[in-house]
Amino acid sequence: MATLKLDVENPRELLEYVQRESGQPVEKCYQCGKCTAGCTVAFAFDLMPHQIMHMIRLGLREEILRAQSIWLCTTCVICTARCPQNIDVAAVMETLRILARRQKALPTGKARPVALFNRLFLDSIRKHGRLFELATMVLFNLKSGHLFREAETGWFMWRKGKLKLTPTRPRGTEEIERIFARLQEVEGEEDRR
Amino acid sequence: MKRIGVFVCWCGTNIGGVVDVPQVAKAASSFPGVVLATDYKYMCSEPGQELIVQAIREHRLTRVVVAACTPRLHENTFRKTLERAGLNPYLLEIANIREQCAWAHQKQPGRATEKAISLVRRAVAKASRLEPLFASTIPVTRKALVIGGGIAGMQAALDIADAGHQVILVEREPTIGGKMAMLDKTFPTLDCSACICTPKMVAVAQHPSITLYTYAEVEKVEGYVGNFEVTIRQKARSVDHTKCTGCGTCWEKCPTRVPSEFEQGLGTRKAIYVSFPQAVPNKPVIDRRHCRYFAAGKCRVCEKVCPTGAIDYQQGDQLIKEKVGAIVMATGYDLFEWEKVYGEYGYGRYPNVITSLQFERLINASGPTGGKILRPSDGKEPQSVVFVKCVGSRDPAKGKEYCSRICCMYTAKHAHQVLEKLPGARVYVFYMDVRTAGKAYEEFYLRTLQDGAHYIRGRVSKIYPEGDRLIVRGVDTLLGRQVEVGADLVVLATAVVPSRGAAELARLVGISCDQNDFYTEAHPKLRPVEANTAGIFLAGACQGPKDIPDTVAQASAAAAKVCALFSREEMAAEPTVAQVNQFLCYGCLECQKVCPYRAIEPVTVSENAAGKKIERTVASVNSGLCQGCGACTVACKPGAINLKGFSNEQVLAEVDALCL
Repeated sequence: MATLKLDVENPRELLEYVQRESGQPVEKCYQCGKCTAGCTVAFAFDLMPHQIMHMIRLGLREEILRAQSIWLCTTCVICTARCPQNIDVAAVMETLRILARRQKALPTGKARPVALFNRLFLDSIRKHGRLFELATMVLFNLKSGHLFREAETGWFMWRKGKLKLTPTRPRGTEEIERIFARLQEVEGEEDRR
Repeated sequence: MKRIGVFVCWCGTNIGGVVDVPQVAKAASSFPGVVLATDYKYMCSEPGQELIVQAIREHRLTRVVVAACTPRLHENTFRKTLERAGLNPYLLEIANIREQCAWAHQKQPGRATEKAISLVRRAVAKASRLEPLFASTIPVTRKALVIGGGIAGMQAALDIADAGHQVILVEREPTIGGKMAMLDKTFPTLDCSACICTPKMVAVAQHPSITLYTYAEVEKVEGYVGNFEVTIRQKARSVDHTKCTGCGTCWEKCPTRVPSEFEQGLGTRKAIYVSFPQAVPNKPVIDRRHCRYFAAGKCRVCEKVCPTGAIDYQQGDQLIKEKVGAIVMATGYDLFEWEKVYGEYGYGRYPNVITSLQFERLINASGPTGGKILRPSDGKEPQSVVFVKCVGSRDPAKGKEYCSRICCMYTAKHAHQVLEKLPGARVYVFYMDVRTAGKAYEEFYLRTLQDGAHYIRGRVSKIYPEGDRLIVRGVDTLLGRQVEVGADLVVLATAVVPSRGAAELARLVGISCDQNDFYTEAHPKLRPVEANTAGIFLAGACQGPKDIPDTVAQASAAAAKVCALFSREEMAAEPTVAQVNQFLCYGCLECQKVCPYRAIEPVTVSENAAGKKIERTVASVNSGLCQGCGACTVACKPGAINLKGFSNEQVLAEVDALCL
């Protein structure tokens, strides 16, 4: 692995951004590693939670946004519950996902389907006012290239009548549409890659 | 016939859980001379001791064996028990069946019981040959010598003097104050070091009971506890301090500039100088090595400008003799010479790689930069400062095995000070562990983290120049990555080592050092401020790396020990000392060579041999100096020396009891 250069421009900028957006005192992290010790998805992580916290302090933006871990985090909040410094680590991860989106950082590897699912989920909400399961499942399988992923579960749900052929339209879809429009106004056009 | 009582202790389950105690007592009752053998749950407790007292009276016991824990723990306890029952306290023998039996053989209880019986047999054999011993008394000179005028020495001197005793304080530098006077602020409270150190210096100088010798060294120590004779060499100052007013004209006009020791080489001083403006005494000395007059025979500027005629080029060293009863060692520390071994940090070639003590001078308001953090190479303000911890500490290959204890905290303080004084500057601290065991220390470290210091867990492999900056390459073990960072200033937390000349001084005074030349305490837990020679006490970093609070605490503890010694005009001397049978001694003096306490001296005796009066040399033991180690008895070829309480006859009886 290449030597990590610690000389970055504006090293405090990232820390200050994350602290502001998440409301969490990341500067208090003293690298005890308790977050990583309890992490339920650490087996799949490329950067461990404590390493991410450390890198935020060091201002290593590129390294963090490249990490798959921020997408693989399931927000089970064991890290949050156990942090001796009372830092909500899961909230910090969420902040980093938002940052990645804002910076249009492309998720790679195992992070790609997770990011794809997140996007399709929100697209469905935006379009129909609530989740249209069947379309979301089919689209996800098509776009991720695994056509028959979870097909058995889908068949089971179909038989139980849990999957509808057409989307149901709840009340208040206009309000939901306005939420998304406002979001777009604030955050700018979403990266569709 | 001796009447011996054997008392076997269970020590709860410590002994009783392994050794069959009643069986040991039963076996002991059949040993020669034993009239009573019994056991009890806790022999050292009040009812246990009462049991012994009653048994001595009831069975008219003349010797006592206690089979229990190590004699280091309770020999004195049981000696007092014997005394209470009217027996001479030295008629006691301990069989250690806990540390040397029950604890060591927990998995083999049967054989442990056998061994316990053997150990008791040994003790009984020795007990039957014990003789009463009587402590003698030696007079105590109630005057103390303190060696070293840093915070440890000053505190010890002040405490002893405040208790009403005379104190002589000897300091080899021209001023007292030591390392503490060089520091800027002190962790964790960030008190200004000068504000708490200089008043102590003044108090020492003004105390009516303290005699201060600065620019002086201890040359010779003779005698023993309560009765030391010390020779002090007052080095020639070349300035008559009775005439000098400390006006400063001489050092203003002196044409010779040399690097200042006090400024750690970052500033200069003159050849005639006071170390720093608040020095005590605030009068100069001439550094003859650098003075033009002493080097080339010309100059005499200081003599010409001195308004009181205090300059005295002819002044010589003076030897002063003092009698003291106790000595406090407070010689402090120096920094490990990293330049000699750390090639990867540049062997001291890069001016912007400095030690932590140099950094203290850099941030000190009275230092060479007036308290501004400026890098030595070009006087620019650094934008990135890298601290490297454990330089020489925890590095058995290049430095020392031990942890220097103070570096974690002063580095946290330095990091905090950089972030405070240079807003926007970046601070990186390379560390292996952060050790903050002290009151309010961890809180201070966490605060430094919050200030924005970057702690990188890992060592530094290389520091090299690139342009006008330095590149520091190391590892971040928490990221598992090699890292590199540019630095304008690198501060090395160099190891704390004993003060220059500490080992030689130990030999001169007659105390021992550990493998790192720190002075050895008599017991690491129970006698931490006493040296292993009676009457000599330890204060501060000479005993091991220590921060200021611990140093002051140990200095006051040493002072309390001195005051306890001075509380009486006479003190009891331990009677277990070596004794020479002068009829058997033929004066080879092998014993003198091996004695670590210099307690043996040759004396001349005259005697009648075949009608003629002849004189011959024999060895003689000074019972005040002898610590009863027994080395001489081993070295003695004719077997003329016996250690009282451990005589050859007694020891051989023990060996016979175990082996025959």
